[in-house]
Amino acid sequence: MVGIFQSWNIALSIFNLCLISAVMTMGANIQWGYAGLINFGIMGYTALGGLAAVLISVDPVQEAWRAGGFDILMSLWLIVVMVLVIRFILKRFEKSKIRTYSIAAIIISGILLIRFSAEPGIEAIEAVDPAKTGFLGGFGLPIIFSWIVGALFAGGLAFIVGKVALGLRADYLAIATLLISEIVIAIIKHEDWLTRGVKNVIGLKRPAPYEVDLQTTDWFIKLVEKFNAGKLSVIENLADRQAALNQLVIEGSSVFVKLCYSGLFLVVVIILLILTQKALYSPWGRMMRAIRDNEEAANAMGKNVVKQHLLIFILGSAIVGIAGAMLVTQDGLFTPGSYRPMRYTFLIWVMVIVGGSGNNFGAILGGFVVWFLWIEAAPISLFLINFFTAGIPETNALKAHLIESVPYFRFLLMGLGLLFIMRYRPKGILPEKIEIK
Amino acid sequence: MDFVNAIILLLNYIFIPALTYGSQLALGAIFVTLIYGILRFANFATGDMMSFGTMATILFTWYFQSLGVSLGVLPTALLAIPFGIIFMILYMLLIDKFVFKYYRHQKSPPVQFAMVSIGVMFVTQAVVRIIIGPGDRRFFDGEKFIIKAREFKEMTGLNEGLALKSTQVITIFVTIVLVSLLFWFLNRTKTGKSMKAYSDNEDLALLSGIDPKKIVLVTWVIAGILATIGGALYGLDKSFKPFTYFNNMLPIFAAAIVGGIGNPFGAFLGGYVIAFSEILLTYAYKKFFMYVLPESMEPNSLVQLLSTDYKFAVSFSILVIVLIYRPSGIFKGKVL
Repeated sequence: MVGIFQSWNIALSIFNLCLISAVMTMGANIQWGYAGLINFGIMGYTALGGLAAVLISVDPVQEAWRAGGFDILMSLWLIVVMVLVIRFILKRFEKSKIRTYSIAAIIISGILLIRFSAEPGIEAIEAVDPAKTGFLGGFGLPIIFSWIVGALFAGGLAFIVGKVALGLRADYLAIATLLISEIVIAIIKHEDWLTRGVKNVIGLKRPAPYEVDLQTTDWFIKLVEKFNAGKLSVIENLADRQAALNQLVIEGSSVFVKLCYSGLFLVVVIILLILTQKALYSPWGRMMRAIRDNEEAANAMGKNVVKQHLLIFILGSAIVGIAGAMLVTQDGLFTPGSYRPMRYTFLIWVMVIVGGSGNNFGAILGGFVVWFLWIEAAPISLFLINFFTAGIPETNALKAHLIESVPYFRFLLMGLGLLFIMRYRPKGILPEKIEIK
Repeated sequence: MDFVNAIILLLNYIFIPALTYGSQLALGAIFVTLIYGILRFANFATGDMMSFGTMATILFTWYFQSLGVSLGVLPTALLAIPFGIIFMILYMLLIDKFVFKYYRHQKSPPVQFAMVSIGVMFVTQAVVRIIIGPGDRRFFDGEKFIIKAREFKEMTGLNEGLALKSTQVITIFVTIVLVSLLFWFLNRTKTGKSMKAYSDNEDLALLSGIDPKKIVLVTWVIAGILATIGGALYGLDKSFKPFTYFNNMLPIFAAAIVGGIGNPFGAFLGGYVIAFSEILLTYAYKKFFMYVLPESMEPNSLVQLLSTDYKFAVSFSILVIVLIYRPSGIFKGKVL
């Protein structure tokens, strides 16, 4: 529909983001729908996935490694040593006040030590050509790998967060995960040596061909010619026809690139859908539902609730991490400043609730519907405002003000949508369906 | 003399700003805690409700300014706050009637309430942005400083100046008055005591003839007062921007939980704990040590524990630590 009204290009980019949103929603849905765990830290895992894309695909900056690589590696070692020492103390000594205080002392002194040892290295790295690099770079591998690495990163973070926070009550857990994700974003934003921080990383490698290359490739031009043969044959003049063809090739190339992305994303969505559906109907899925519906009973049946919660927390977060890496892959740039809880946490939750928690198709549907409305809310509300105020002259202050504030109607739409769904269809558009055979 | 300079330095850059910021957080945190204690949910619309109250105050300030009404040296906004409060309370009651009431009657779990409050958050955000726009607004007028840094230096002959903004004094003064009134209300009046009882044990409170409708109404009224005043003071001191208010929700939550959620006194202190730790940990102490230490020991670096970029991260880390080791907060929570 958008393809017809606006352009195929826009339609495809919305479609791609719908697919990415669907992946994120599936991740959140596993945690919330299967296990009843509330995770408001989606933003943090998305950003970590994006970070993975940067670290995997960017070429290493040799100079920066020479300048400060040693200091950074030393600090990493220190962190590892610190963790090992703490583990050793935890295992070796009985629980006591002295133990707690000594661990706190180790952590504080360790952080100070790391800060002082890493400082010169960080400064040296950030001084290396700050306009272009100023960070360590990555491994220079194809960016597709980052989808897996993004999942690992996010899963790793989820392991730590889960160990720390999963014992909390539901609403505390929501707040804790929200705040932890803010901490993650703060680190990504301000550790310039690793991520370039708010200076952004641009021009990441692509898994799809570049538009510029396509426009000079013979087979692609022929393809475009073939598709538009009817349109082109109408034009008599040869020069005009060539110009029209060039225009079509430029348009076609960006559509083609987006189609490549759509293909890749579709593969991911389908694989995840198959896996999650299998999991849902497996004994493991049944156990998760049992734990969700009655924790104590499941525990009494000998299920390890804590372990299963941690597992599903990691799995769901890892899926969100994949989506984060996909997002950065598609955009070709990493902008830590753009990660905001509104867009990456609460919107995803709206998708989960609206789509139907516990139902994977519902999650995908939610991702599509909500993202589509989020993007198209502004045009729709502009149309509605113009329609209802058609009789009022353009100069009317109220009308001008309304038209000016059109972008904010999307919040209104999302909020009202969420409230109505919660009230009248609390299980979402596609409710959870469990067939017992 | 150097020692006095050092003290003044700390007062000027740490103590007074932290006290002001802490007061603003404390008001928000008491708001969160009240809602949590009595209506039993984590209100994710906190920041946006505060921005709604501030918006109403700003609109009235503009109205008064256009009428030519002013308070002389004091900001006009002080006059507008009561009207802002009325609008805020009306808005809250409206939302309660159309949204929260249904779930209260259903006895929904707190998680569902939290989700619903996210819907309210979206709607409120849209309303505020549609009415006043997303931009930065300053609505402060009147005398800006009570003591200017230069005047202070001339007066005392010290190297370090002490600047005291009128907004800081107003914030601290208003907070003290408001919070004492609130505690008087909660501990001394019959309604306040019945609120406590309701928060403590709903069924018992109902059995002893406490009217739940009245409790909920009073809670929203107090919440409206706190939200508007807290928001307006923050806006006066810094500036009003809807996005900042949304972000402020996070340290406010941190303050409420650190103090023990459901415990107003804890929330009050929690605000200061968060504010002081944020500023203490991110302040560069170089100048302070230059005054205190003999010349040979002067530090070369900034002597900053964490860069100011991590201001928010500090409060969140404190919260996470508190949640792990003492989930009920520093002061035992869940008793109003």
